[in-house]
Amino acid sequence: MGAGLAFASFLRRCPDLPAKTRKSGVKLKLDTLTPDDYEKLSKPFVPSRPVFKNCIRAFLSGGLICLIGQGIQEAFMAGFDMTSKEAASPTVAVLILISVILTSLGVYDKLAQWCGAGTAVPVTGFANSMCSAALEHRAEGLVLGVGANMFKLAGSVIVFGVVAAFVVGVIYAILGFGGGHL
Amino acid sequence: MIYLWAFLVGGAICVIGQLLMDVLALTPAHTMSTLVVAGAAADAFGIYDPLVKFAGAGASVPITSFGNSLVHGALTELERDGWIGVVTGIFDVTSAGISAAIVFSFLAALVARPKG
Repeated sequence: MGAGLAFASFLRRCPDLPAKTRKSGVKLKLDTLTPDDYEKLSKPFVPSRPVFKNCIRAFLSGGLICLIGQGIQEAFMAGFDMTSKEAASPTVAVLILISVILTSLGVYDKLAQWCGAGTAVPVTGFANSMCSAALEHRAEGLVLGVGANMFKLAGSVIVFGVVAAFVVGVIYAILGFGGGHL
Repeated sequence: MIYLWAFLVGGAICVIGQLLMDVLALTPAHTMSTLVVAGAAADAFGIYDPLVKFAGAGASVPITSFGNSLVHGALTELERDGWIGVVTGIFDVTSAGISAAIVFSFLAALVARPKG
């Protein structure tokens, strides 16, 4: 058994254990489980994720949010005489406002349990992560609570997005594309 | 017709996110970061803009468009101002989204209490 062998060699590398335990090791398996061993042992008991069902839900809810976004965008284009490109930013802002309101009312998180990635991937999920962090840490004060924790979850998205954009920009600059697309 | 494509493309991007979470067992934060970088990469090859033209909000509402917009800002100012534009332009296009999210979340924290 691969797991057993790995475990025995792990025990030999533990100087803190009494010599006897190190030699017979396997008897005390539960006391000295490594994270890997634990995962192997617990695997049969972890409920499998209903991937297909989750994907259907994500597809329907995510598609619906984009559909609503399209409706808002068309309204901006018709009402304020904007091009689709100009209307994209205010559309995102309206969706974020809706998401923040729903989060404040506690509705968004209930929806998210059913929708999974369908509510997380659209920009509304980004706003939801910021708003819920802000609400959650409100009790710690406006500066140390709200201000310091707002980007707790959304921060990684911004950091990696900015770094990726910087890398792309530098590559374009080095290769001399100027800024026109490939 | 644009509504149908918005629904289908937006839904499909969310399914990709769901698969990243379920099949690769990524945390939501890892999933979002992956999608943002994917959006930035897609724009680097010039394939995200055609998708936005084709699917409208289906491509501009998911978080991938955030990466796309960051690259757009950087490249636009790179063309206009040269090297320094890569840094000064990154937040150009995404300003609306980030500012709105910060302001609304802050105001929400002033008036609302956490639920559940």
